Amino acid sequence: MTMRTEPVVVNVGPHHPSTHGVFRMKLTFDGENILDAEPVIGYLHRGTEKLAEERQYTQVITLTDRLDYVASMTNNQAYVLSCERLVGIEPPERGMYLRVIAAELQRVASHLIGVGFFLQELGVFGGTALMYAFRERERILDMFEMLCGARITLSYMRIGGVLQDAPEEFWPALRSFLNDMPGYADELQALVFDSEIVRSRAIGVAPVSAEDAIAASFTGPILRASGVEWDWRKAAPYDVYDRVEFDVPTCEGGDNYDRFWVRMLEVRQSLRIIEQCCEQIEPGPVRTTMAMLFRPPPGESYVPIEAPKGELGFYLVSDGTIAPYRCHVRSPSFMSLTLFREMLVGWKLADAIVTLGSLDFNMGEVDR
Amino acid sequence: MYGEGILRGLGVTLRNLVRRPFTVQYPEARIPQHPRFRGQEFTWYEQRCTGCASCAKYCPLGIIRIVTDPDGGNEQDGGSYKVDVFDIDQARCMYCGLCVEACPYDALHMGSGFEAARYSRADLVIDIDTLREREKHPSTWFRPQLEREKSDPHHDASQEWQSVGREPFLWHPKRPGQMPEEMDHRSSAAGDYGGEP
Amino acid sequence: MGETLAGNVIYRNVYQFVQDLLGEEWSWVAYAAAGMAIILLVTNAVMAIGAMYTWFERRLLGRFQGRLGPNRAGPFGVLQPIADAIKLITKEDIIAVGADRIVFTLAPVVMLAPTLLVLGVIPFGAGSWLADLNIAVLYIAAVSGISTIAVMMAGYASPNSFSLFGSMRAVAMLVSYEVPLVMALLGVTVLAQSMSLVSIVEAQALPFLLVTPLGALIFLAAISAELNRAPFDVTEAESELVAGYMTEYGGMKYGVFMLAEFTNTVVAGAIFAVLFLQGWKWAILPSHIWFLLKVGGFVFIAVWVRATLPRYRLDQILAVAWKYLFPLSLVNVLLLAAEVIVWPERGAAELGIMAAINWAVTIPAALLWSKVVSLRTSPPIAAMFSTEGR
Repeated sequence: MTMRTEPVVVNVGPHHPSTHGVFRMKLTFDGENILDAEPVIGYLHRGTEKLAEERQYTQVITLTDRLDYVASMTNNQAYVLSCERLVGIEPPERGMYLRVIAAELQRVASHLIGVGFFLQELGVFGGTALMYAFRERERILDMFEMLCGARITLSYMRIGGVLQDAPEEFWPALRSFLNDMPGYADELQALVFDSEIVRSRAIGVAPVSAEDAIAASFTGPILRASGVEWDWRKAAPYDVYDRVEFDVPTCEGGDNYDRFWVRMLEVRQSLRIIEQCCEQIEPGPVRTTMAMLFRPPPGESYVPIEAPKGELGFYLVSDGTIAPYRCHVRSPSFMSLTLFREMLVGWKLADAIVTLGSLDFNMGEVDR
Repeated sequence: MYGEGILRGLGVTLRNLVRRPFTVQYPEARIPQHPRFRGQEFTWYEQRCTGCASCAKYCPLGIIRIVTDPDGGNEQDGGSYKVDVFDIDQARCMYCGLCVEACPYDALHMGSGFEAARYSRADLVIDIDTLREREKHPSTWFRPQLEREKSDPHHDASQEWQSVGREPFLWHPKRPGQMPEEMDHRSSAAGDYGGEP
Repeated sequence: MGETLAGNVIYRNVYQFVQDLLGEEWSWVAYAAAGMAIILLVTNAVMAIGAMYTWFERRLLGRFQGRLGPNRAGPFGVLQPIADAIKLITKEDIIAVGADRIVFTLAPVVMLAPTLLVLGVIPFGAGSWLADLNIAVLYIAAVSGISTIAVMMAGYASPNSFSLFGSMRAVAMLVSYEVPLVMALLGVTVLAQSMSLVSIVEAQALPFLLVTPLGALIFLAAISAELNRAPFDVTEAESELVAGYMTEYGGMKYGVFMLAEFTNTVVAGAIFAVLFLQGWKWAILPSHIWFLLKVGGFVFIAVWVRATLPRYRLDQILAVAWKYLFPLSLVNVLLLAAEVIVWPERGAAELGIMAAINWAVTIPAALLWSKVVSLRTSPPIAAMFSTEGR
């Protein structure tokens, strides 16, 4: 006697236990296996690109903070690089070094969130790894408070450099952070990545081959986890990335475990970059004197940077006025959802949640 | 051996058991803010303000409302407007600080608190009388002269308008469309913000 | 019943009191009253233990995670369980429309009842137990299996198909882990040659944790699964999608489920202490304090494991039970049976020799077995589901 079963469509609604923002999935199940998956986005659309057309160039910086809201520095950096490309200027040396330090600290903070939520999605709900990751992230946010007075929506970078020089208290705090962070990274690694339970649940799950990743416009850690060594900091160096030495970590296989593992390795490389910047930085001005109302000549520019989530770029079209004519955000998280269906179909529900976490997308960026 | 990683993870948790927890029991204890913290409770010095409304113009959200009367009264800079209404709507303010960055006379400064919650939206609008009367603890954000004096808005006494000034800076170009390389870098104050000294 | 309980102080006093009040013809009333007094005692003890344990677990979990636990309700947060109970009691008791009302309401009761029943046989200190059954181990194994029925009832009675789904999986897990659990208990019984818990405690010249490490480990793993605790908490925390069989429950019904779960943990700790840690023995401190400390040790390990380990997927859980724990538990029983035949009297010295042999067998068995059996689950069935033509 066979039992008649039929597939069930379940709505994993915008309010999610596992956090990625407001993201909705329509999953079709047969038992526990996923037959079909459809993402529904747009719940956080705020009209950033339209608002940018009505704001002055410097005011748009405050809009860009709120795109990928866990990594404000790199959003700012991408935008101001695009603006500077419009007029063809470069910030002074110290400004560039401070930008790189801030961006790499932001990368560490963003990856801490990504890795911290790994264990959370696997099941230690409200869990231990998350608390440890956030404890370290608090130190980074305190350093950001010293730099620019805010912790999350920073608006630290300006066209022509950064806003202000770092205060004296910043450098000892940075030094103690650089001393402590490798130990904490080791601890997080022992807790999360060495555990057999984590390995048995994440290795081999939802692999993405290198060809598929390139065809789907993946960039960032998820591309490097599939084996493709592509990093905008090496391919088209901006700021002072051509003067510091660092490796670009890649993994084979591109499964969930690799995508998180690449982030862990990138954290270590970021610490290395910050160390070198601290040695190389010289006193000097941090910002090119710039008109209050930035009025670039008509033209367009696009400067892609390596944000923690992938390739972030602002395509700016200017028509000679004080506001951009068009500002389009090429957001990495939106592209990460390209292979959503292919990555989830055939796997079980419990794996689906971990797969989403491994993509580490941020709805602020997806929906803009 | 199967389980070795599990044991290592258990060791990590046990080590963290004996560390001090990092919770701060708000509201009895607070995490101290840096003097540069961009907080609520804006500080406004009427004696320095000329009513130019650069802050209102530069605010991305348009929450500052300034109504002036051209009769003047403040003789500091050779004539200025008399400010009748100066409203800052804190309900929509995102504390980005662009208004403070825009002010050419250092009349407006960021505050340093974060507990300005009220029970109704109308109470969230700071009007000119509140700005005049409240205690002035300007944050050192984008005010290098305050930072040079090591002022700390959280612990210092209220500061008067004479002690927060600096020379007018030359941020604004002399003619429209002037590019940064062509601008005048006379004042040493420009060096605070990155121009060549 | 009278003989076993007659020694109990409360029972005796209540019996005497009612009998003096009403006379000899009404002795059945005295029996009933005395029995009710004992029931009240046990029930309140369960509530107190469960509530206290929630406080302990939340604070300890917080300390593992680098934060404080609840500390606002009362000094050090000790009134937090009372606050939780008040909140749950004042909630509206909703029974969904399509639910089977009787089964729905009875499920929490059936969940809590085995806890109370099992508490009846556990010795808490020297001379301090409610009943000394000579089949106590069998009784524990049988009665604790009733909570599986409660899980099934809860899922069946809810009109939510995902509750049924969740409870089916939970039952699969619980039933699978009954086998290694009973085998571990069997090992201890063989070693002590008696099923009575008091005799087991007295037979422990050396703690059985040292004598049968394999049995203790299997017991720990199996009881974690029976308690739905990490890393086997697939039932209660399948909160990726739904809350499992407890989805439709709210208010005090949910409170009873939670209470049953937390009290079960403490009771499991008590069983562990009695079977493996020498119960109430050792000197200097009074026996009840020792017992509490031993239960606290088990509870500490349970919280520690919960703070560290994520959860397995269900098919991996079943693989652990059948491929790993079950064969090892068979090895354990056979080994102990052989040793018991060789050494009929088991004083401290003989137990020590047995301990040495058992450790020498356990360590290679655990190391080698993980090489023989692979716990990785079957390869993905992604190939079955093609995405072409969508």
